[in-house]
Amino acid sequence: MSMELRTSPHQVSDRSVPTIMKHVVLSLLPVSAFSVWQYGLSALALMLTVTATCLITERWFNRAAAQPSTLGDWSATITGLLLALTLPPAFPLWMGVVAGFVAIAIGKALFGGLGNNVFNPALIGRAFVQAAFPVAITTWVPAFAAKRFSEFVPSTLTAPLMMPPAVSDWIKQQSVDAFTGATPLARWKFENVTASAHDLLTGAVTASTGETSAILILLCGVYLAARKFLDWRIPAAVLASAALTAWLFQWYNPAHYPSPSFVLLSGGLMLGAVYMATDMATSPVTPLGVWIYGAVIGVVTVMIRYFGGLTEGVMYAILLGNALTPFIDQYTQPRVFGTRQKRKS
Amino acid sequence: MRLPFFKRTATFEHGIHPAYHKETGSLPIRRLPFAPQLIVPLSQHIGKPAVCCVSVGQEVLRGQVIAKADGFVSLPVHAPATGVVEAIGVMPSASGKMVESITIRVYQADSQAVQVSAPRDVDALDKQELLAAIQDTGVSGLGGATFPAHVKLSLPPDVVIDTLVVNGAECEPFLTCDHRIMVERTQDLIRGIGYAMKVSGAPRAIIGVEDNKPDAIAAIQAALPADGTISVQAIETKYPQGAEETLIFALLGREVPAGQRPAAVGVLVNNVMTLAYLGRLLPAGEGMVERVLTVAGPAVEKPGNYIVPIGTPLRFLLEQVGAKSSAKEIILGGPMMGMTISSLDVPVTKGTSGVLAFASAQLPQEESQVYACIKCGECVNVCPKFLNPSQLGLLAAKREYAAMAEHFNLDRCFECGCCSYVCPSHIPLVQQFRIAKAINRESAVNRSTKAAPK
Repeated sequence: MSMELRTSPHQVSDRSVPTIMKHVVLSLLPVSAFSVWQYGLSALALMLTVTATCLITERWFNRAAAQPSTLGDWSATITGLLLALTLPPAFPLWMGVVAGFVAIAIGKALFGGLGNNVFNPALIGRAFVQAAFPVAITTWVPAFAAKRFSEFVPSTLTAPLMMPPAVSDWIKQQSVDAFTGATPLARWKFENVTASAHDLLTGAVTASTGETSAILILLCGVYLAARKFLDWRIPAAVLASAALTAWLFQWYNPAHYPSPSFVLLSGGLMLGAVYMATDMATSPVTPLGVWIYGAVIGVVTVMIRYFGGLTEGVMYAILLGNALTPFIDQYTQPRVFGTRQKRKS
Repeated sequence: MRLPFFKRTATFEHGIHPAYHKETGSLPIRRLPFAPQLIVPLSQHIGKPAVCCVSVGQEVLRGQVIAKADGFVSLPVHAPATGVVEAIGVMPSASGKMVESITIRVYQADSQAVQVSAPRDVDALDKQELLAAIQDTGVSGLGGATFPAHVKLSLPPDVVIDTLVVNGAECEPFLTCDHRIMVERTQDLIRGIGYAMKVSGAPRAIIGVEDNKPDAIAAIQAALPADGTISVQAIETKYPQGAEETLIFALLGREVPAGQRPAAVGVLVNNVMTLAYLGRLLPAGEGMVERVLTVAGPAVEKPGNYIVPIGTPLRFLLEQVGAKSSAKEIILGGPMMGMTISSLDVPVTKGTSGVLAFASAQLPQEESQVYACIKCGECVNVCPKFLNPSQLGLLAAKREYAAMAEHFNLDRCFECGCCSYVCPSHIPLVQQFRIAKAINRESAVNRSTKAAPK
């Protein structure tokens, strides 16, 4: 009998990186399906294109570095899907390819791959295309267009390196009532009109592909948190601090500042809080650190929305939180057992 | 944060809930036959090895002292069976080292009754006599620590303890021998606790038992003395509930200051098996010739708790319980902190609490892919010492062993293995920490030897 020698522990849990990542992908499917139902072929094509680009880029960097394939850990799939969900539904596919490539290449591979990246790769991809294609990334199309399942939005199929055609004529043919062409946050900022909570919850607003259903995102997040595939404290801290900040401003000037519920439900805050801020590699590990990190993101999001030139601040708030993560971790190391101050009993 | 109207099971913070596999907990303790040959190491405890006092060819009786204690921090060794001394020399041991051992060829026809004993009235002994009597039994910490029982119980005169904590947590998966001892030898246990309280001067004792052993708690409750000095407390079933410091925190809410002994917070901890054996051996005036241990694991056909003579080779033990041919890995102790052995010729010793046999397919594959740390923080969430294993692991990968000790409290790690258990990237965290500690120890030794000639 040949004996095997190992050091303890000889029993381990059945969780692994791929199981965690697979569950995140799984939980994103309802959100993705809802956007396809809203936006039709264009949204579907965008998700497939961006995800495929991310996978190909990841594999290409594996080859270049003579490493085994890392597609099996499913993290590139998450990056691709999440990135697509943050882009406008009719975003030109070739720009989606650029976003996907930048996300994986610059956001992840150059840092050394999964676990070593400092910033959320999907947000790096989005930040890049936001700077590179400022018009395309703010060109919105209405949900529930009549022909959404039979034809693409013209801008989707823009030839590579070409500017997308105007979509206004296409929108006129879709018999959609009262399409404003601006997101609720932009309308609040420039017209001081706030969307109703009902519209925000049911997806009847202009938004990025995956941002419209706050409730669906929250439910998927609750599932992940219940299965312990994400740290519930981060979204809790982000949403609580954003709501608190918004509430303080509204209390200061109710005529100008919107209600906390508008702040929570509009834009990409829910998607960012549940799926982006919780990216394990780019968030703190210490118990106190995750609360600080979440709180910073919530406050900065509201500040950018209220005082910045941009209408939406979630992306930069999370990237800032990512940048602070090493410092937060360093200054919130857990108190070691047995070093408590003597309690009076 | 414990609200008074919220009654919770006593526990510690963090920890894990592994699959417990405590099926053998309902099986009564059974006796195994003598192996034809017993290998009895002279050093089965922490401290100086015992000094052999028999010679080759000499006949020995079961229970007879065959090696004497060498000073205070040492224990005598008793002949586990009647037979003839066949050899005295180095033999393999569980740790892989060769150790001085006495090999006895057993007279198979002989009964398992102990031949040499000196029954006495323990209550008539004073403290010093009782300590000496405890040393004479040869009992060491039977939970696996193997520290001589009498040394642990004899506190310096300036140390006052208010509570004797009796460890019946048995948090390691698979192991159930403490459980069966609490159920079947409750009177021995209560008697042993009384002796330990007398020697240590503790006015009260609390027995901590994980709440997955309700029959043990009930049995103890029924046997408690009327004066109320001994109590039993159910604690949450969670690993590593049975580690000294986590157990003290769960039962008393006291944190043992880092780097100090439990006596610093007025507590002394003893294992139930140790005290149950003291309660049995002291009045009978016998020595430690056998122990109860759990034999289990997927590759064992008849798992259970067995009374096994000290010195029984594992090969014989596994034949008796029907180890399957698929058995590839044999673990002494539990799966979380136990050690694998390289040879089946090593014997059962006083510190062997369990023998587990696994087929290799049931074990975590060593070649299973290791991913980079994704900083999920699970290890931080489970570390019972509130360390940051994630950070320690990153430093270990860079071989920054000194920084691990200086800035991240590596030395507080007691190698419970929770971090490695939960790591989704399969990073061998605790394994790396062991290596780091060993290297730090070595460089400390090197530094002191270099400094010495000056």
